[in-house]
Amino acid sequence: MIVMEQRDRQKCRTTKNQGNCFHAANLDVSDAGDSPFMTDEAQAIAVTDLHKRFGPLEVLKGVSLTANQGDVIAIIGGSGSGKSTLLRCINMLELPTAGSVSIHGETIAMKKDGRGGLMPSNRKQVERMRAQLGMVFQSFNLWQHMTILQNVIEAPLHVLGRPKDEAIATAEALLRRVGLYEKRDAYPAFLSGGQQQRAAIARALAIQPLVMLFDEPTSALDPELVGEVLAVIGDLAKEKRTMILVTHEMKFAREVANHIVFLSQGKIEEQGPPDQIFGAPKSERLKRFISSIH
Amino acid sequence: MADPAPFINWSLLALSPPGWGSVLLSGLFNSIQIAVGGYSLGLLLGVGGAFGKLYGGPIVKDLMECYTTIVRAVPELVLILLLYYAGTDLINQLLALGGLPSVDISGLAAGIFVIGVVQGAYSTEVLRGAIKAVPAGQIEAARAFGMSPIKVMTRITLPAMLPYAIPGLSNLWLIATKDTALLAVVGFSELTLVTRQAAGTTKAYLLFFCAAGVLYLALTLVSNFFIGIIERRARRGLVEAA
Repeated sequence: MIVMEQRDRQKCRTTKNQGNCFHAANLDVSDAGDSPFMTDEAQAIAVTDLHKRFGPLEVLKGVSLTANQGDVIAIIGGSGSGKSTLLRCINMLELPTAGSVSIHGETIAMKKDGRGGLMPSNRKQVERMRAQLGMVFQSFNLWQHMTILQNVIEAPLHVLGRPKDEAIATAEALLRRVGLYEKRDAYPAFLSGGQQQRAAIARALAIQPLVMLFDEPTSALDPELVGEVLAVIGDLAKEKRTMILVTHEMKFAREVANHIVFLSQGKIEEQGPPDQIFGAPKSERLKRFISSIH
Repeated sequence: MADPAPFINWSLLALSPPGWGSVLLSGLFNSIQIAVGGYSLGLLLGVGGAFGKLYGGPIVKDLMECYTTIVRAVPELVLILLLYYAGTDLINQLLALGGLPSVDISGLAAGIFVIGVVQGAYSTEVLRGAIKAVPAGQIEAARAFGMSPIKVMTRITLPAMLPYAIPGLSNLWLIATKDTALLAVVGFSELTLVTRQAAGTTKAYLLFFCAAGVLYLALTLVSNFFIGIIERRARRGLVEAA
């Protein structure tokens, strides 16, 4: 597989037009059936050597991360360590400066944007990939002009093209599950933060995502509302749903995650199972980080 | 002793001749047609202009800037004369170049075009402001769920910006209804022109101009009623400040 990737990279170098390169690689899929774009099916997300630069500031300095099916990965780290940026690069809300992202073995095709960064060479592919990733934002970002139910059925109806009655049935089941069935006809602004975030989780689940991405889901909540949201996320973790979670809730991360990634200054400083990371940290930075939060 | 002539001869407003009522009403109808057509065209131009200004490339942005600056800088009356006479002339010269016979541009089409171009410039700015007022997270969420740019615009950005745009847009509608009066200068029989004809013919100036004023007022009141309904609907998801 590695050999093939290298071969493909060479092809990219030889053809100046990277769009063509992706096209050529696509043909490989049908020809060989064993292309670098169709790798390990168990690999839900693979991030390879990701760099992100905001002007002079390099936020990510080469991060690689793999999430297999059923993994619950918690990304921790101080503020400014690049955790949210990493998560947002996975669904291309932030465009990485270098590196690649694969979802379910399919690499998102990127080309140079002419300003030293990358941009997707195929918008449709990115949209298809995004529809497999259920994103939950720090500030909920529910659509204010739609009721809770409308928020939950929006992507199934208008992105995935599901039939309306099916979408509504799924949405109502999800809303029951997060305890918001009674609020389905309310508008988001009339709900508490915790309720809004639970609705946002239902909205993300409604697309039946391959992976759930949580971007500090409890950071904007009043302390007494954090518990109800964590309970819902904990439930999802129990049923072996693949999740990547950026969080400041260390106790929670230790409970639900099977793999902890500690980011520091744009690099993965240390990663491993929760007991090792929290119980026996190796690097100085992680030791300091853990002692600072206790 | 003969009856003194009544101060106001209401019979002049009768719907059938010799009353001028039906003439005034058809003038009002023409005005409404132009206002609705011009406003709709203006909204389309405004949506395009606003998105062009916000998300377009450098050339598109510059073009939009020129459009809104020039149209908003030149008096509407001048624009109307310019676009109507010069515009018709230009079209006919182009047709002549192509060996085609010249055409008469209907007053209605020209009126709608002129009002539309003027309204488009103003609504570009109204809509641009409203789109910027939509919290960025809502648009980001739409993108995160795999919506295409067109879907993001029609499903999220446009409905979400509506509550911020309606005060400005309803102003523009009321201005559009009254800008139709400017088309009198190019001889289009809208309400103001027919009122002047009626008043000139009968010498009942006070009666007819007051009647026209009442018709404009009625149009505004009816508009306000519908604007209220639309605004309540657009603001349904927002918590009202007490």
